[in-house]
Amino acid sequence: MISVAVQEADFDAGAELRALQADNPALGAVASFVGLMRDRNEGVAVTAMALEHYPGMTEASIRDIAEQACERWPLGGVRVVHRVGLIRPGEQIVLVAVSAAHRKEAFAGCEFIMDYLKTRAPFWKKETTAQGEERWVQARDTDQAAAARW
Amino acid sequence: MIRVLFFASLREALGTAEIAVPWQAGLELPAGLIAAIARQQGEAAAAILADEQVICAHNQRVCKHPTALNAGDEVAFYPPVTGG
Repeated sequence: MISVAVQEADFDAGAELRALQADNPALGAVASFVGLMRDRNEGVAVTAMALEHYPGMTEASIRDIAEQACERWPLGGVRVVHRVGLIRPGEQIVLVAVSAAHRKEAFAGCEFIMDYLKTRAPFWKKETTAQGEERWVQARDTDQAAAARW
Repeated sequence: MIRVLFFASLREALGTAEIAVPWQAGLELPAGLIAAIARQQGEAAAAILADEQVICAHNQRVCKHPTALNAGDEVAFYPPVTGG
């Protein structure tokens, strides 16, 4: 079972994990990742970030990535929540949570989905520096390399 | 018509989020559509879209190879993604 949510509101990571656990008593593992906004980027203090996306394609591309993970590993469920709009340092940006019978598949599925999401799902971050300058966050080669491992 | 969307830094550089380009038989993505946008929006706009970093989506799926367009299709151009 795959659940994808793209929303402005913050999310309750615990509730998302409980929803996965309630799915099926044969599942022995839940692995999750929560991405948070840092207060610095490339050595510069940042005070806020605006996350833009491509409504429709965003949800479809995340679902496609989750389906690819389910083809590679025997996963029980996948839940992805990604925020858009205005986000401040310390706030949650994204949650990826995966259930499986055993931890190895759960860890791998979670990491795969996160690596693919970062390089494929149509989101863009624009940050505001402490000096009040607005700048688009640049894509990183290290994220491309992480996704290329799979 | 073809609905053409621009996101993030491309939207800002082009000064618009969306344009409509008339469809004609044989119109192909990306080169044909970019040439049509050049006639409509100017060469500077087309040069922005022709950058090799720019990603093109056809009906909300990333499009890496020349593809024939149909009337009513949706095309998007956007910079490398930075979510997560």
